[in-house]
Formats: sequence, C-alpha cells, structure tokens
Amino acid sequence: MIKLTVNGKTHQLDVPADMPLLWVIRDRLGLTGTKFGCGAAQCGACTVHLDGEAIRSCVVPASLADGRQVVTIEGLDADLAVPLQQAWTEFDVPQCGYCQSGQIMSAAVLLKHNTKPTDKDIDEAMTGNVCRCGTYQRIRSAIHLAAELKRSGAMKLTLPS
Amino acid sequence: MSTPQLLDRRQFIRTAALATGGLVIAFNVPARLVKKLQAAGETVFTPNAYLRIGSDDTVTVILSHCEMGQGIWTSLSMLIAEELDASWQTIQAEHAPAAAAFYHTIYATQRTGGSTSLLSEYDRYRKAGATARQLLVQAAASRYHVAVKDCRTADGHVIIGDKKIRYGELVEDAAALPLPADVPLKDPAEWKFIGKKVKRLDTPVKINGKAIFGMDVQFPGLLTALIARAPFPGAKVKEYDAAASMAVPGVRQVVPIPGGVAVLGDDFWAAKKGRDALRVEWDFGEAAGINSDALLAELKERAVKGGLPATSSGNPDEALSRAAHVVEAEYYQPFLAHAPMEPLNCTVKLSADKCEIWTGTQTHTNDQQAAAEITGLPIDKVFINTVFLGGSFGRRNITRSDFVREAVEVAKASGKLIKTVWTREDDIQGGMYRPAFLHRFKVGLDENGTPVAWKQISVGQSVMTGGPFEKVAVINGVDMFSIEGMQTAPHVKSIPDQRIELNTPVWPVSVDNWRAVGLSHTIFAMESLSDELAHAAGKDPVAYRRMLYKDEPRLVNVLNLAAEKSGWGSPLPPGYGRGVAVFEGVGSFSAVVAEVAVSKGMPPRVTKVTCAIDCGLAINPDGVAAQMESNLAFGLSAALYSEITFKDSKVQQRNFYDYKTLRINEMPEISTFIVPSNEKPGGVGEATVGHMMPALTNAIFAATGKRIRHLPVMNQDLS
Ligand code: FES
Ligand code: FES
Repeated sequence: MIKLTVNGKTHQLDVPADMPLLWVIRDRLGLTGTKFGCGAAQCGACTVHLDGEAIRSCVVPASLADGRQVVTIEGLDADLAVPLQQAWTEFDVPQCGYCQSGQIMSAAVLLKHNTKPTDKDIDEAMTGNVCRCGTYQRIRSAIHLAAELKRSGAMKLTLPS
Repeated sequence: MSTPQLLDRRQFIRTAALATGGLVIAFNVPARLVKKLQAAGETVFTPNAYLRIGSDDTVTVILSHCEMGQGIWTSLSMLIAEELDASWQTIQAEHAPAAAAFYHTIYATQRTGGSTSLLSEYDRYRKAGATARQLLVQAAASRYHVAVKDCRTADGHVIIGDKKIRYGELVEDAAALPLPADVPLKDPAEWKFIGKKVKRLDTPVKINGKAIFGMDVQFPGLLTALIARAPFPGAKVKEYDAAASMAVPGVRQVVPIPGGVAVLGDDFWAAKKGRDALRVEWDFGEAAGINSDALLAELKERAVKGGLPATSSGNPDEALSRAAHVVEAEYYQPFLAHAPMEPLNCTVKLSADKCEIWTGTQTHTNDQQAAAEITGLPIDKVFINTVFLGGSFGRRNITRSDFVREAVEVAKASGKLIKTVWTREDDIQGGMYRPAFLHRFKVGLDENGTPVAWKQISVGQSVMTGGPFEKVAVINGVDMFSIEGMQTAPHVKSIPDQRIELNTPVWPVSVDNWRAVGLSHTIFAMESLSDELAHAAGKDPVAYRRMLYKDEPRLVNVLNLAAEKSGWGSPLPPGYGRGVAVFEGVGSFSAVVAEVAVSKGMPPRVTKVTCAIDCGLAINPDGVAAQMESNLAFGLSAALYSEITFKDSKVQQRNFYDYKTLRINEMPEISTFIVPSNEKPGGVGEATVGHMMPALTNAIFAATGKRIRHLPVMNQDLS
C-alpha cells in the first residue's frame, strides 16, 4: 500500500512496487492529461511535479512518491497555470497537443524558479520535452510572455474556458 | 460507392466530382447522432451532415476529416462560420462518425491525407453553412411576415430592421423547412473569417489536459493489450510460451493473433510486464537475414542496372556528349519511422451485432472494411469514434489499416473489451517506414547552364503498390509517388532529350505513407542537384534557379520572396552559409532559405529559416505559418538525425535516444511569408518537409564546400 497525494487528494493504493507513477496516475486514478510518449525519460510527455519539481513519471516508481505530493496538469496551481495557459492561447501553441501537458508542466517549474528566463534558460529547462509537431518556436514565445504576465500580475486570474 | 440510404427529409443529394468518375453522393445526417441528441431532449437543427445548431445558439461543426495537429478543427469550422455568419464564440467542432456522407470528395472514401482536406471541403463546407443560413433567414422572414430580401445576417443573428433574432430562436422553424436546391456563396470581399487570423478551437482543451486522444479512452473492465509483433509482414510466430506472462499479477489472457501474440492485462504496466515475460520464437521467412548494408548495396546495383521508363524522349546520351558541362550525382536517403508523439493505440468493443472502435485514424473507410472483413459484420455495423490524433505524419494513414486490424483481431480472439497500446519501441521498430531511396542523375548543361540532357535512375520500394491508390498511382509499373514531382518539374519537362527510369525492389520491409510521401525524398535529390548544377555553371544558387524555373512564375515568385526576406547575398560571419530550396508540391509553391553555422566537432546548427509559400487561398494564415514551422522542424529532424537500420532482421533503433528528434535548443528561428492569392487552396501540412533537407545541406555546402549526398547529416563527416 502506498499513500499518494495527487492534486491535493490523498489515495491509498495497492500497486506493484515497480509500477511507474505515470501508469498509476493514468490507469488507476484515471487522470489522462499526463501522457505516455516513450517510457524512457526521453520525451517529457509524462512530466508531473513531485514535491514541486518536474519529474518524468514514466520512470519514477510510484513507491518513490509514497507520502509525497504529486501535481499533474489537471491540478496545476492557478498562479502558474493562468499565465501559462493565457500565453499558450495567445500564440496558439498546440498542434496535435499530445506533448503540451508535459511542456506546460516543465515550463511551470522554470517559471517558479526564474521570473525572467532567457532563451538559454528556456533551452535548458525544455530540452527534455520533445514536440514532434515542431511547436518549439511558439513554446519559446509563450514562455517569455507567461513570465511577463506573471511578473506584472497583468493576467486576469481566470483560466481560458 | 455505396448507394445512399434514404434517411429522412433532412437528407439532400448533391453531386460531387469524384476521381473515380462517379457522380452522386448523398449527404445525409447520421441518424444515430440525431436520435442521441433528441433522446437527450435537445432541440436540434441539422440542415445537413456538416453542422448542427442548438436552441442555445451553439453551432457544432462536424468534421469529416481528423484533427492530428494540422488545424482542420479550426479551418473547416471557419468555412462554415463564414457562410453561416456565425459568431465565432458559438462554434465548436467534433469528429464525424465513419459514414458515406463524409467521404472525401476526391478519394471517395473517408480519409484525411495528401494535404487535401481544404481542397476537398472548400466548397462543400461553405455550402453547408450557406444552406443553414438560408433556412434560418427563411424561418425569420415567415415568422415576422417580411420578405427574405429584407433580412440580413450577422454574428449569429438574423436582423430585420432593428430586430435581432438569435439563430437559436429560429432553429425549430428552420428545421421544418424544405432544403433549398442551391445557395449562393459570399463574395470573397465580404469574408469575415476566411483569410483572417482566427484562434484555434482546440487550444483550450489541449492546454489543460482535457483533450481526449485514443490513448485516453477508458471504460470499466477495459483490458490493455500489448502485442509481440515482428516488423516484417511475412514473419510468423513459430511458437510461444505464455506461462511466465500469465504468472505476472494483473495479466488476464495471452492470445495469438495473425502476425503476433497479444498479452492482455488490467492496465498498461501489467500487460507490459506480461509481454516482457513472453517467449516468442519467430519464423522470419523471407525477411530472415535483412541487413542495411546489403540493402544499400542492392540499391546501388539496381541503379546501375536501370529500370522501367517513366519518361523517355530524344537521345539523352547523344545530347550528353554535346553538353558543355556534365554533372553526375547520386543521393541516398534512409528508411524513416514516423514517430508521432502519441504511440499507436486502438480500443475495440466487439459484440455479436456490432464492432465499435475508438481511435485516431486517417482512414475511416479502410478501417471499417478491415474490421468488417475480420468480424464478418456488415460495414455499417462497424462504428468508428474518432478522437484527437497525437500526431500521425502518415502513420495512421496506412493503406492496410495495420493497427486497427490487429486490435480487432485481439478483440475477436480474446472476447474482451480491449485497448491495444504500442510502446515507443513498438512504434520505432514496427515497420511501415518511409522507403529508403537512391536517385542517380547524369545531367548535361549548355554554356549558359541550362539543362539540355537528363538521365535519371531512381531506386526504392513502392508505397502505393497493394494499396487503394495503386490503380491511379502506379502506371506501367512506375509508382508515380516514387518520383513525385521530378519528371513534372519545370526544368525537366522541357528537356527534349531525357530518360527517367524507376527500379522498384520488392523487399520484406514494410513501407507506407510518411509525411509528404514521395516529396519527402524527391525534393532532397532535385534541389541538391539544382545546387550542384548552379555550382557547375558558376552561378549563384538563387539566380540560377530563377533561370531554371522561369516557366513556373509562382515558383519564381516564392523564390524571390524567400531570397529577399532572408537577406540572400548579404555577408555572413565565417563558418556560416545559406542554402535554398524551391519546389512545387501538394498544390503549393514554396521556397525555403536556411542559414547554418558549422563549427569543428559540432553538429551543424540551423540558426534561421525563411519560408515563402504560395498555397493559393490561405484560409487560416496563422495556421499556415504554424504548419510551416511544423514541416520545417520535421524535415530538419529527419535530415539531421533520422535513420532506421537493420541488422540480422532486427531494427537497430528503439526509442528517442537512438532515433533522435529535434529538440527546442536546435529549433531555428522560422519566418513564414504567405503570398496573397485567391487561387484554390493548396496543401500546407506536407508542403515544405522536403524543402528543409536540401536547404540545410546546400547551406552546409555554402559554409564548408562539403556536399552532402547521403542523409542523415549526423552520419557525415563535416571536418
Ligand atoms: S513518457 Fe516519460 S519521458 Fe517520455
Ligand atoms: S503539439 Fe504535437 S507533439 Fe507537440
């Protein structure tokens, strides 16, 4: 039995010790916003926050998250989700959209630690997130804008519907 | 073409030109959809199969094509919104079921591919919107006892004098009216949406985790199936031992299917561990002992032998002997995997009287046929629920419906509600590759550098043979997609002395549509060659192409635009170079200039890409720009890194660590310029994938003097 707090809700779960957190989130908790892309920490589609840091949930056994806080795209805090989603909307970033949960979760951690990321900071934080549709240019623009929105507090604190 | 069923009075019949020469398609409302909505107590107005307007004003656009990133969720909706005079806020889109009403107007099956969705639907969706608008106007006119001509529409309302009536208030009356025989379309000068920047309708659900992809389909009791399969279609399971798999907690069943063995588990992890534990012995048959080195050697041998003529005129040998310069070159491009971000998957619920499928597919009708064939059910008892595709790039446009077929086989063999899931390794090693190609040229130039003799031999597997387009695509043994755009290029078709041959090996490696199909390799060969010809003629690459392509003004126009916007000819720092590529494809004319920095011991870095496209009418210009970014990133990724190789019939690449893809730090700055045009919409989803590859290698040549004729660049020595 492990105790997992996901998006503020605590679950007692009986899962194999080696079962990756990704599959617990998707197949046991039914939260499908977190995606499977490679299963090998290569693409970032499965990025979630574990105690506030971005991790690749496809390679982290759920047992490692026992007693810790997990946040997925569905539960991202408004002070990060709002500027990111507004900026993503402004640049119409997604194409197929499959990588975007992971992109946003990685970008959220960057913004949390860095109020004014440079292009180089963005490269460093986002290189682990593959987008096969090639939305990188718009992701970069959106991160700059999200940082600006967050700094200025200019955004309306509502999520795009 | 199946005979249309007569459903109800809402049905109407309209003719549409078909490639097959057939003429009539019934546009009917899927009865299931209407019943479902009526059962939910909704008042719905369904003037035709393409849209529905609710009493709450919501306009639902029903998409006959699938959304895989290319943006039709938005652009097809724009066509309807335009003619309907809808308010954009009320528009939503959904995927159509699989039904004859949604057949592609050219392909005559339900299919998304070939960058043709807008071409197929440009008239049909506008007419659907205009029809609905006319009915709403008529309903308003009779309610208020005024003439139709005294009504106008704007922003989701019928306006009569100072009265504004919401569409939603009129839907019940409108639904009772007979359909007009034909409706006029707007003058382009009146357009409010078409040609303007419009926000994507699918952005909101794609940034909050709510968008549902095939991978996300869940049902109580659903079992996840992972399949042990061989990448070679001829391979068979000799024997397998399921004991260790069945011992894995959560594994429920192990079943053989044609071409593999499926392990069914309560969840992905159980099925994955169960499959890891499975012991399978394969009989590769003809696919035994496949090695990449031998395949490349065979391509080269075949290029010497020659092949079937695609064109043959005059006396090219004699013309070559008279030429001022002769240029010979050979270009090789490897097998490529699609690697869409979402690995393949397919959910199947099979019962005695129907087969329900949830997946992201580009080939609804083929999938229905495949499922009908396997289950013995009639085709109209196969229901396909299309969900968002997490990318595809042709992988879900496979002529033989491989991933749907095997999922139906698993459902049939197991008797369970199942979802197949491919791992990334399954995807990379799963076949259906872009075929490896070798193009060899011998071209004679006159003193001005104009080609006067052209000999070409192209060698590679055929994608179209055995598929639904074989009849139109393979002519006298020559698959036109193997040499797509080559013999029709403006500078080739005008040469009196020419011979283009195609040699088509039949190998056990499965090949299929990969983004841009033939253009994914022919543009690299053609535009590398044009660069070499320019060099031989001692001319600037852009100036030379202006001369070469002078018979195609739209091509010269985009070339000039890209050259101007990229600052072609302006000085660059040492180690930098610019390369250009210009070509027509999928109904669009595009030019790409790449700027690259090459430094010792480092992979070349593309710093800037300038793209000019004339795609006819650009329905959603920002969508076109997004597609250019996507095409160029995809082409760059392939050109720099991608290659599938075989050793003893094993695919040597497994995952993104050895089938490398472009990442954000390698993404160049891309600027797109769209030529204003009212010509019919050309394709954009595949328009410039091919351009990026020679633009890159031509830029490397400009920077280093090193000509790259084999891809990927990663394997080439640039020192
Ligand atoms: S699925 Fe976890 S990094 Fe790719
Ligand atoms: S939007 Fe398709 S993979 Fe990123």
